[in-house]
This record gives sequence, structure tokens and C-alpha cells, in this order.
Amino acid sequence: MITLKNVNKSFASLKVLNDISVNFEAGKTNLIIGQSGSGKTVLLKSIIGLHEIDSGKIFYSDRDFTAMNLKSRKNIRQEMGMVFQGGALFDSMSVEENVLFPLDMFSKMSDTEKMDRVNFCLNRVNIKNSNHLYPTEISGGMQKRVAIARAIALNPKYLFCDEPNSGLDPVTAIVIDNLIQEITKEFNMTTIINTHDMNSVMEIGEKILFISKGFKAWEGTKEEIFDTDNQALNDFVFASDLYQKIKKVNR
Amino acid sequence: MGLFEHVGKFSKFLVLVVSKPEKGKTFFSHIIKEIHKLGINSIGIVVIISLFMGAVIALQTAYNMQNPLLPDYLVGYTTRESMLLEFSSTIVGLILAGKVGSNIASEIGSMRVTEQIDALEIMGVNSANFLVLPKIIAAVFINPFLYILSVFVGILGGLFAGYLTGTVAVSDFIYGVQFGFIPYYISYSLIKTCVFAFIITAIPSYYGYFVKGGALEVGKASTKAVVNSSILILLSNLILTQILLK
Ligand SMILES: Nc1ncnc2c1ncn2[C@@H]1O[C@H](COP(=O)(O)OP(=O)(O)OP(=O)(O)O)[C@@H](O)[C@H]1O
Ligand SMILES: [Mg+2]
Repeated sequence: MITLKNVNKSFASLKVLNDISVNFEAGKTNLIIGQSGSGKTVLLKSIIGLHEIDSGKIFYSDRDFTAMNLKSRKNIRQEMGMVFQGGALFDSMSVEENVLFPLDMFSKMSDTEKMDRVNFCLNRVNIKNSNHLYPTEISGGMQKRVAIARAIALNPKYLFCDEPNSGLDPVTAIVIDNLIQEITKEFNMTTIINTHDMNSVMEIGEKILFISKGFKAWEGTKEEIFDTDNQALNDFVFASDLYQKIKKVNR
Repeated sequence: MGLFEHVGKFSKFLVLVVSKPEKGKTFFSHIIKEIHKLGINSIGIVVIISLFMGAVIALQTAYNMQNPLLPDYLVGYTTRESMLLEFSSTIVGLILAGKVGSNIASEIGSMRVTEQIDALEIMGVNSANFLVLPKIIAAVFINPFLYILSVFVGILGGLFAGYLTGTVAVSDFIYGVQFGFIPYYISYSLIKTCVFAFIITAIPSYYGYFVKGGALEVGKASTKAVVNSSILILLSNLILTQILLK
């Protein structure tokens, strides 16, 4: 579980996050949704400490992340995995080396154990016979899957995904979404996903935080989203004609 | 950003760079890789440039010595002194600043804009140390060898040029190369070479590491890195010469 208490973050005079308090639950896919520029990426990067927050507190299962020194943060980071918006695979390494990397750096496994783990993770995300290809030689969808494999290599307790299915076709997007959800359940991780894809919301939105202009505007589940009176959320979620119709049918 | 801000930010960056590496084994294999990338891959350009510069220095000296009282062996002497003192350290340093510097800045810069550096950080790896320290160590280690290679090839170039054009006899040239040799000049130039090796790896790494934006900014950072490391090489050349040869 990850808990945020009154988190504020600004860049120079630009206030990006305003007093955000929320609970992200373990074993669930927690979604952060909002318009482009609303602060999703900044929020995610603040949670993992790539941005220093101005005020507020962040707890990882009751451990106060904000109060930790560099060394304890480093330790807790080995319990985190992250899938970046563009995949962020290391260009200079093959698929296999990318997944092997965190194991090489931080695990005490033997070489064969490490390779077993690499192949387990790649298998888990359905990447086969591509171990020796380089990131530029595989498709965008495959890159995302390798990124997921790398993120789960060290068996993280916390998984973060920044728009894991942006730039993918609808079918592959759903495959990725479902994969993340399955992995979350399988390993009881606390997973936080940034998205502005409504399909994802409907597919895996077990817990949803809607932010608008840096404020927490709404939180709930995908079922509750149909009954909301929140104007900003309505405008965001039911922007498309299709979802307008779905909403009508649902009511 | 002003000069002082850069100096402050660069110092902080260096503190991150110069810390204990995560894993000794990985670190060592990275140094070997960088020695290959930065050193071995630069041998070609260093040889070509040194050969031609040595030849040109020899010919210029020969054609400028109209006075019959000046002995022919001075051509060999001048070629050696130019290569040893200035060319093989400073000019090769400047050329490597272009080749190696732009390479490093764009490599690290593109890692920054594609969030690969963030990916390292979130894993708990000190990215500055992981990416930059092997480069600095590799260059400071291998560049003195490039320097020695350059001196030798330059002198050979001068020798060939003198011989092929018939301006200086081989024996005169070789006598000149050995004439009035001051071993300290080699130490002086090796010190310079190591300082330059630090500059051409650390400065471009710094520019690459703090890139913000996209591919366009990476290109700009790479240009800035080359220009500024070249200026720093010239400046430190002046300072080191004043300190070491006074
Ligand atoms: N490093 C930074 N320095 C200054 N401002 C920043 C920085 N990062 C983000 N911002 C600003 O913070 C705001 C929120 O950006 P953020 O990237 O979080 O949006 P987002 O919700 O992730 O958008 P998208 O859906 O397009 O990815 C934007 O106005 C952006 O310009
Ligand atoms: Mg974003």
C-alpha cells in the first residue's frame, strides 16, 4: 500500500500538484487519470522520488519515504519496478541483458538462477526467441512488454507504469493492460498506472484517482464512474460520443 | 545559466560521479568497454593526423631554413619538439574533444531524454557514477598511450617527408630527433594529456546528463559540449604550461 498525505509540488512559479492525499491499495491496479498536462507524470515521479516534493508525506506500507535518507531510499527502490512512458529500455543492451541488468546489480543469485529468472520474466510477458535482439529491433508493443519484464525482475512490491499502452493499437493495449493486472494479482503488488485511455479505465480501473489541473478531483472505482456528478470527470470520461452512449445504456 | 551556476552544478555532479561503484565486476567490464570505445577506436584518427602533421612540420621547417649556417638536423629536432610539447597533447586533445566529446554528450543526452537515466535511478543505481566514471577512468588511462603513439607517428611522418622530398637526409633527421632531448617535456605533456582526457569526458558527460527536452536539445548539448571542452583545453593548456614549464 502506498499512501500520500497532502502532497504539493511546484516548478519555480508553476504549481503542478495541489494538496494530493490518496491511498493506493495492494493487489489492485490503481489508475491515475487526467488530461494531458494535468500532472500525472509529475505525481508518479514524485511518488518514486525522481522529483522532490515541496511538502506532504509519502508512505510505502507505513514507511515514511519522504523522511528517508538517500541510502534507505536506495534500498526501498529495489522493491520498486517502473515501466516508463517510452519503455526506457537500455539501447546498448539486448532484450535479455535489459532484464538481466537489475538482477546483475542487486541480486545475489548465481548466474544460472539469474538466467532462469530472466527467462521466467520474458516468458511471463510472452516474449519468446527474442533474447538477443536489441530494443530498436523489436516493435513498440514488444518494447513495453520487455520493459514490464525488466520492472518485475526483482519481484517488486510496487509497480509503476506511465502510460503503458500509449502508442499501441487497441488490441495490444488491452493485452498490456490485462498483463499488468494479472501480474499485480499474481504477486500481490501495489500497482499505480498513469493513463488517459478510457479503455484502460473500463478494463482495469479497480481504483481510480482523477486529477484535474493538479488537484485531486475525484476518486472511486470504474463502476462508480458512471454515476458521478463530478463535472470535470464527466467532461473527461464521457468526452467521446461512444462513452456518452455507454453511459446512457448503463443508466 | 551563468558561469558560476555551471561551476556549482558541475561540482555537485562530480561528487555524484566520484563515488563508490555499485558492483566491482560490472564497473570493471564497463571500463574495458570504454577503453575500447574511447581509446582503441580513436587510434585511426590519431595516427592519420599525427602522420600528416609531423610531415608538414618537417617540410615547413626545412623550407624556412634558408640560412646555410643552420644545420639540417634542426628539422628533426623541431619536429620532435613540436610533437612532444604541443601537438600530440593539445591538438590531439582538441580533435578528441570533437570526436569523443560529441559522442559522449549525445549518448548520455539521449539516455536522459528517453528516460533511461530515470530508469537507472529508480532501480537504485547512481546513474552519474555508473555512466560517467568508467569513461573518465578509461580516457585518463588510455590517452597517454595515444599521446605516445602520436609522438612516434608524427616523427615518422617528418622523417618520411624529409626523405621522400629529398630535403633532409634520414641520418640528419634522426640525429636531430635525439638532439637536446629533455625528458621532463614528456612528463609535462603526459600531465597535460591526463587533464585533457578528464576534460573531454567529464564536460560532455555533464552537458549530456542535464539535457532537457528531445533530440534537438541533445544535438545542441553536444555542440555546446565540444565548444566548451575545447575552450577549457586551451585554457588549461595555458595554465599548466605556466605552472609546469616556468
Ligand atoms: N521538470 C519539469 N520542470 C518544469 N515543469 C514541469 C516539469 N515536468 C513537468 N512540468 C509541468 O508540469 C505540468 C504537468 O506535467 P505532466 O508531465 O505531469 O503532465 P501529464 O499529466 O503527465 O501529461 P501527459 O498526459 O501529456 O503525459 C505541465 O504543465 C508541465 O509543463
Ligand atoms: Mg505524462
